[in-house]
Amino acid sequence: MVEPAHLVVAPILVPLVTGALMLFFEDRERRLKTALSLVSILALISTATALLNTVHGGGHAASLVYLVGNWPAPIAISLVADRLAAVMLLLTALLALPAMISATQRWEKVGPHFHSLFQFLLVGLNGAFLTGDLFNLFVFFEVMLAASYGLALHGGGALRVRGGLNYIVVNLVASLIFLIGIAMVFSAAGSLNMAEIALRAESMQGFALPALHVGLAMLGLAFLIKAGMWPLGLWLVPAYSAAAGPVAAVFAILSKVGVYALLRLALLVPNKGIAFGSLVIFIGGVATLVFASIGILASQSLKRAAGYFVLMSSGTLLAAFGMSQSAVTAGALFYMLSSTLAVGAFFLVVELIEREQDAASSVLAVTMEAYGEGEEDMEEEEAEVGRTMPGAVAILGIGFCLLAMVLIGLPPLPGFLAKFAILTALLGPEASVPAASNFMRGTLAVLLIASGVVSLVALSRAGIRVFWAPVEPFLPRITVTETAPILYLLGLLIALVLAAGPAMNLFLATADDLHHQVRYLDAVLGAERVPPFAEAHP
Amino acid sequence: MELVIAAAIGVLSASGVWLILRPRTYQLVIGLALLSYAVNLFIFSMGRLRVNAPPVLDGSAPVDVTAYIDPVPQALVLTAIVISFATTALFLVVLIVSRGMTGTDHVDGREG
Repeated sequence: MVEPAHLVVAPILVPLVTGALMLFFEDRERRLKTALSLVSILALISTATALLNTVHGGGHAASLVYLVGNWPAPIAISLVADRLAAVMLLLTALLALPAMISATQRWEKVGPHFHSLFQFLLVGLNGAFLTGDLFNLFVFFEVMLAASYGLALHGGGALRVRGGLNYIVVNLVASLIFLIGIAMVFSAAGSLNMAEIALRAESMQGFALPALHVGLAMLGLAFLIKAGMWPLGLWLVPAYSAAAGPVAAVFAILSKVGVYALLRLALLVPNKGIAFGSLVIFIGGVATLVFASIGILASQSLKRAAGYFVLMSSGTLLAAFGMSQSAVTAGALFYMLSSTLAVGAFFLVVELIEREQDAASSVLAVTMEAYGEGEEDMEEEEAEVGRTMPGAVAILGIGFCLLAMVLIGLPPLPGFLAKFAILTALLGPEASVPAASNFMRGTLAVLLIASGVVSLVALSRAGIRVFWAPVEPFLPRITVTETAPILYLLGLLIALVLAAGPAMNLFLATADDLHHQVRYLDAVLGAERVPPFAEAHP
Repeated sequence: MELVIAAAIGVLSASGVWLILRPRTYQLVIGLALLSYAVNLFIFSMGRLRVNAPPVLDGSAPVDVTAYIDPVPQALVLTAIVISFATTALFLVVLIVSRGMTGTDHVDGREG
């Protein structure tokens, strides 16, 4: 019987071992690699579910803390699975499954080591969500980024390399800024453990406090580059829209890592009772939201539009978190879940739509060269698989329509529920206003609705062009392995509607935890070692 | 010594920033390398600068903490060096691929 405490380290170890193991096999052994990946991701889903059950369902412990190496509390590198971390782990695993499966149809064959890179990406993501230590956050960010560089360029082609080059440079610079921030925080607080930093910040005096704040601001800058805040996120759309469909789908959660880190750190070290730097986060979020809306309207191709939807989701989250209000944060977490799943599925749908369109109609999306390569590959596929789905247009059309409803925020799908939760918290009778002014609340409410209208315009235009009035007859050839992931994600979104009550309770509890950072501090600093070295209890 | 270190960090990062704003990929790589040196020195100096103070404890005698320097930043620098080394190597590969595919060493993949 494994202690639940040891479960915390599993989301890092499982993909790490799987990814390393797969390096021993040649790329030709695709079945084996797919099977291993599948086992790993299913294990991740069940681990994340178990963790979520332990921290939320049981009611006894609000967070599990794993002390690496069994050192005493503030010295050890701690892995912390609280509600937020568990939710993020589950979201990652749930999104990884369809991305991996749809990649088996075509993308795993166009470059080496797809599955290993994919597993290492999961290591980095899970590690970043779990770690309670700043420097390890950096290390896991780097693991995630290194794998993502490989995946972004997967499949090659000039367009991908060009988008990927900018992506890599910007993120390398962001990593350096991250390091500067860590060094400054360390010099001010004398610790890298986030809980201990938060504890020491409360009693900090003199020169140390401004030094800490500058350090945190540098860290925030690095996270905001990752989250794609305007004007730090101009690299995101070219890189994401050039990446292979399944890769872009899993990248939908990559920008959420920046949002996650920002949320965790800003609320852990509050400044005068509200989240650190919340005004900047709010203004940045609003600017991102406006920029993304304009971008969506201006996009010639669906894949670019999908890239801008990633930005729109980031912008909404940042603006909502900038309010520094527990109820708004809860709504935003709901939005994070629904928008990440929807954008991921949208990338998969768009991939199927766009590869069928003729070269002239997909103006900016694919270069002639890249398109030619894709066509060849696909014909090989055809010969290899030989069986496509009937009613492909209907399935793609329904999928597109449902996803559009989530992204726009139309009832009854979760996009609507999420926006409704945020708006209720902003404008409802129970809205308390310690942190945010009426102007801020009004701006966010108007922008939330306006961004929905913009998405409605852009998506109905695109839908009409693709499904109702195509220049050439639109007869996509798709297979079961490509359709099933989309249906699975749609199923998850619908399940989220059906389970909206429990889910919202979970997010309210999560937001409540985040806004009472004492609970996190108590959990991490009070963590006990396991038996061989356990302290004697008085 | 503080002045020398501060000046070194300043010069390295100024050159690095100038270089990464240049349009050629080779300048970009050198700029990133210089910036990472500057950052490594910066992390190192955040553990306070002291001469003749070892970071590793001598267990044979009772430990006087004031005789030692904080070992944590040195460990951090080591990790940071390895990571930036690896990512720079990876970036070099991408750069060469980009040069081969686009026929130019401009960061945008086209001249002008």
